[in-house]
Amino acid sequence: MLARVTTFTIDGLASRRIAVEVDLRRGLPAFTIVGRGDAAVRESRERVHAALLNSGFAFPQRRITVNLAPAHLRKVGPGFDLATACGVLAASEQLPLEQLERWAVFGELSLSGELRHCRGALAVAEGANRAGLAGLIVPRECAREAALVEGLIVAAACSLREVASIVGGASLPALPEPPPGNGASPGGAQEEVDLADVRGHAGAIRAVTIAAAGEHNLLLSGPPGIGKTMLARRLPSVLPALSRDEAIEVTRIHSIAAARSGCGLIVRRPLRAPHHTISAPGLVGGGSLPAPGEASLAHRGVLFLDELSEFSRSALEALRQPLEDGHVAIARGQRRVVFPTVFQLVASTNPCPCGFAGSSRCHCGPNEIARHRRKLSGPLLDRIDLLVDMQRPEADSLQSTCATSSAEVREAVQDARERQAARLAGSGVLTNARLSSRLLRAHVHADAAAHASLRSSYAEGTLSARGHDRVLRVARTIADLAGSHRVRAVHVREALALRQFDKAQQPELAA
Amino acid sequence: MSACDACLRRTALVAALAAHVERARRQHRHLRELLALCDEDLLAAIGGERRAELERAYASFEPSAARRELERAGLKAACRHDDDGYPARLLDAADAPAVLHVAGDPERLAALAQPEVAAVAIVGARRAGPEALEVARGLGRGLAAAGVTVVSGMALGVDSAAHAGALEAGGPTITVLAGGADVPYPPSKRALYRAIVRSQAAISEMPPGMRPWRWAFPARNRTIAGLASLTIVVEATERSGSLITAELAQQLGRTVGAVPGSVMTPRCAGTNALLRDGALVIRDAQDALDEALGIGVAVAHTGRAVSELEPPLRTLLREVENGRDTVAALASTPSEASSALAGLAELELLGLLRRGPGGRYTRLLGT
Repeated sequence: MLARVTTFTIDGLASRRIAVEVDLRRGLPAFTIVGRGDAAVRESRERVHAALLNSGFAFPQRRITVNLAPAHLRKVGPGFDLATACGVLAASEQLPLEQLERWAVFGELSLSGELRHCRGALAVAEGANRAGLAGLIVPRECAREAALVEGLIVAAACSLREVASIVGGASLPALPEPPPGNGASPGGAQEEVDLADVRGHAGAIRAVTIAAAGEHNLLLSGPPGIGKTMLARRLPSVLPALSRDEAIEVTRIHSIAAARSGCGLIVRRPLRAPHHTISAPGLVGGGSLPAPGEASLAHRGVLFLDELSEFSRSALEALRQPLEDGHVAIARGQRRVVFPTVFQLVASTNPCPCGFAGSSRCHCGPNEIARHRRKLSGPLLDRIDLLVDMQRPEADSLQSTCATSSAEVREAVQDARERQAARLAGSGVLTNARLSSRLLRAHVHADAAAHASLRSSYAEGTLSARGHDRVLRVARTIADLAGSHRVRAVHVREALALRQFDKAQQPELAA
Repeated sequence: MSACDACLRRTALVAALAAHVERARRQHRHLRELLALCDEDLLAAIGGERRAELERAYASFEPSAARRELERAGLKAACRHDDDGYPARLLDAADAPAVLHVAGDPERLAALAQPEVAAVAIVGARRAGPEALEVARGLGRGLAAAGVTVVSGMALGVDSAAHAGALEAGGPTITVLAGGADVPYPPSKRALYRAIVRSQAAISEMPPGMRPWRWAFPARNRTIAGLASLTIVVEATERSGSLITAELAQQLGRTVGAVPGSVMTPRCAGTNALLRDGALVIRDAQDALDEALGIGVAVAHTGRAVSELEPPLRTLLREVENGRDTVAALASTPSEASSALAGLAELELLGLLRRGPGGRYTRLLGT
């Protein structure tokens, strides 16, 4: 007796349809799974065996062969458990085969026959929808995520018994309620953060606002313990809300990369803050079966690199392509997988080895500072438009009651974004930070005084040619925040004050 | 500009004895007393086991070979017997260098052979704070602009800042090196060395290609002090090498000046101690010019008058001068920060401020 069940496996960020064929014939009782499965697939036999018996089904004392087709694809993970179990049930006529063929099934089994959460339910549901299947049966914990796909019937089941009754035609159980708060964020329950928690640091808050408005990458520089991390963590809270399409993209990546349960759609922009010991594959993605890295997990959100100079050279180099192209291609063997990496980079650093540069506490010589800066420089800094130096806030600003809330900043950011989108309509980019030099010239609309300011600072040697464009981009964003069509001298000057350190800036070193 | 055979031989002898001098100094022999000895006595004093060998080399010295060597290195030389090329003021000391080798424009050194041409030495800490660097640069610029030769040693920090300031004014500056005049030291200042050699002069008593020995640094300090009528120490800790230069200047009967610093910072302890002992207070280039040339002879150029600034910028500048030199200190709301940032950048463009490490703004002295 032969049964065929449809399920899906994750390949990169997409799902591939897999047919689980179960063949029962007479012979010595045996249970074999073929079709390039990994250890989790091989162990699946024990789980299926126990789950069937513990759910009150009979385990056929036959020679059972399970084939996962197509055979050339490597299959990983425990997601085939449910399909295998259903196949065995159908082949042994404990489940009606015709009805089963209308469904795709996906999930891991526990020995007791309960269904367990599996990674990638959203991608699987999209696959099932594309394949034209009527419905998908998933573990209850994944159901809200799978139900994001419109036009697909999603059945949430708790156990193998329930799956059998759904296939048998019982009414579908209700989808689980969304968790309270409905504020699903990547990485589980995250405390709501707000810019109002930050006291002092007016300059840094201003820089964060500009960064958010123009999608500029930002470098925070300051002594240890000053609040660089605190500020960076609040950047997502001032960014415009995710659109539904963006939210689906983010949910898909996080669903595949990490086990989450019951969260449904991710509506908050992700913030990823990998430790500086991270490897290059960890940062951009990799592995023998390519998995998304931190850069992809930060897609549509913020990637925060604390202590930029401590990261390995290779990891930072690897970040270049994702920053430049908005995606990263990972080739392993015959397979090539593309992960999206559209994120805003926020990095933090000490201004000098001891961290107290410029104050009397600093014990670093000019050579040490120059060496520290050299260590930072490189291709990555070319992509960072804004540098803000943070200092210890004044005592009275710590006690001041007036604070800037995220909502207030978000509104200004939203307005500025709309102005940018209107101006840049048809050019293929949405924000000032993504303007190429050519587009920048066409869209900057700077008045004569602004050009003069920039020219004199360039002629003086304070700016490099690249720095010139970076300042102009930031000035455009500042003008957008101010609601000004033209970039004026005052906008350029503020942008100049937030420019990065150029080599020419230390004359006694450069001379 | 020329050097006689005897002086060239003396130079070769001192170079050959460099390691011996190093050893003698470790045995607490007085460097200046050693350098004041005549050739034979010097050989006898520190020649040690290799004395016979060194004496043979001394006797068979080939001045023409030494001159070829100089030519190959592109250096000029002036010995103490050359009245037109060698500044007579150095001869105040018994241990004055026999020969000065010059890389760059020999006229810069020759000018100092005229007794009325003024020179001021600016020395100080290698690890100087941003204010000290700015003061040194301003002094260098102001003095050079008034035609006074700025003499220093191209060390990191204050020395280099003084040279850089003088170069900005396009004015005369001479760097005195501890190694050969064709050897930029410290190597990280190669770019500054090139700029100096292009229009100014780098000098040394050591033959070309010589690496700087430890003892050569105090030795070159005596040249710096000897060339200048006024030696200004900008910033120095209590054990700084710059204080050696100040002491040498004093022994030569030159004036010593110091820039006052905070009594709280160890970095300024040395200069403040000098002031306590009666050194001249130097606040700016004008103070130095008054001492070097006479009161009221030259007026240091000051930058654009602050009174020409618009009122908000003037207020901002005053705030920075009063120590509120960061955005954090100047602004308490993001919109205040926005205007503070724009104002600071404008003052920077006007050359009145400079953003330093840590986002701290330093007031620039007149441009």
